[in-house]
Amino acid sequence: MFRDALAVAGKDLRIEARSRVALNQVAPFALLVLILFAFALDPDSGVLHSATPGLYWVAVLFCAVLAIQRAFAIESADANQDALRLSGLEPAGIFLGKMLAICAQLAALEVLLGLGVVVLYNSPPTGWLLLVVTCVAATAGIAAAGTLYGVLAAGLRVRETLLPLLLLPVLAPVLIGSTRAFEAARNSTPSQGWPWVGLLVVFAVGYTVFGAFGFGPLLEES
Amino acid sequence: MEPAVHLRAAVSLLGRFPALAGVDLDVARGEIVLLQGPNGAGKSTLLRTLAGLHPVVSGTAEVLGHDLRRDRRSVRRQVGLLGHATMLYDELTVADNIRFWARAAHADPVDAEAAVVALGLGGRLRSVAVSRLSAGQRRRASIAVLVARRPELWLLDEPHAGLDAEARDTVDDLVRRAVTAGATVMVASHELERAHALAGRVVTITSGVIEPAPVVEPAPVVEPAPVVEAAPVVEPGPVVEAAPVVEPAPVVEAAPVVEPGPVVAPDGAPVPTETTGGTTRVP
Repeated sequence: MFRDALAVAGKDLRIEARSRVALNQVAPFALLVLILFAFALDPDSGVLHSATPGLYWVAVLFCAVLAIQRAFAIESADANQDALRLSGLEPAGIFLGKMLAICAQLAALEVLLGLGVVVLYNSPPTGWLLLVVTCVAATAGIAAAGTLYGVLAAGLRVRETLLPLLLLPVLAPVLIGSTRAFEAARNSTPSQGWPWVGLLVVFAVGYTVFGAFGFGPLLEES
Repeated sequence: MEPAVHLRAAVSLLGRFPALAGVDLDVARGEIVLLQGPNGAGKSTLLRTLAGLHPVVSGTAEVLGHDLRRDRRSVRRQVGLLGHATMLYDELTVADNIRFWARAAHADPVDAEAAVVALGLGGRLRSVAVSRLSAGQRRRASIAVLVARRPELWLLDEPHAGLDAEARDTVDDLVRRAVTAGATVMVASHELERAHALAGRVVTITSGVIEPAPVVEPAPVVEPAPVVEAAPVVEPGPVVEAAPVVEPAPVVEAAPVVEPGPVVAPDGAPVPTETTGGTTRVP
């Protein structure tokens, strides 16, 4: 299973490296979202500063939807989804591989967005440990749930519009937990942030386990 | 040995439409079967069903000993399907694609490399992204993936489409070599002349049902020839010693005929005689 996961993750990342969709389209989109928020919320009033953690994670979620759509769009072309089913790869391995590839792309985008927040919002990070652990847990949760809902929507004609409708409500706990944890890190009250990290870990583990078992039947039906 | 394909009254649905409406088919291992029929007859659906991509909702369906109704996944690693789509990632190179799919099927990298070369994709083409290939080159790359996986059952849907004459010959050669190595092949094709030359048997499908094989007119009854008694076998006789060659007797000169002398009485007086038929008598 892990061998299959590494093969799929390597393939997806190689495709991304060649096509550069994340670099040329998703990353500029993410920065654009940050800039638009900065225009919409007056930096001088302090609203932008207080809303920074939430804005950051909303931008991450938007980028995640694009990355997940892209991860399954490459399988829809030229009947590659059939090829995946015929390949003999373990469905759980495919799930983990796609999840790993999405995690890697999201991690890169989160770093870029973090730099954008520091530069555009003048909000330097504090509480590094809490920030990093929050990012890891939230990214894993977003990728796990996104991979599961991505394959669910992959077989549908309206997948581009359906996926955000399905996924964003499901990711609400991630948005809330990661935002609260970031606020705790920024306010130098990490003890208030760790329980939220616990929520994120439970979410990530739950969706990873559920996805490993549920991906196969969903792949068959897609 | 169990057949490669065994279908009895197999039904497969596309949505609510019975794309296969009770198919009966047996394919022995090592056979090459041509699947022919008009457009929409169910050729592609049959091949995809045999690959385990479409569920069989009723009837019996066994492929390579796997029951498709109970477990469709287990057969997939042993089956290679060449469909209408390339099943390749456009962004990856030919070598990347073949390497990935061969690795997924736990195939030998040496076989993958051999497939690349066999399909004429070595050299510069190996490192070209699939999106930059021509349609024929893409088709060859798809076939190379299939060959690299070394499946036991080849399911080929229009394998010659888009290929030049040389590549078509290559495909036919690869199919024959695969069968020699023990694989079974089912080909759906509209290029009947070439496919007939390749296949050992032709199966026609129409409206999702396999047409029965044409009934062969019985040969006229020939009166049996009269039974000829076989001549008795003669035992060879005992070997007889050859008689010794007898030298011919020496030719004896015939004695001179002596005239009989006169008959004389005891007193010396001549006795008169009469001669009759060469015999002299005393009267």
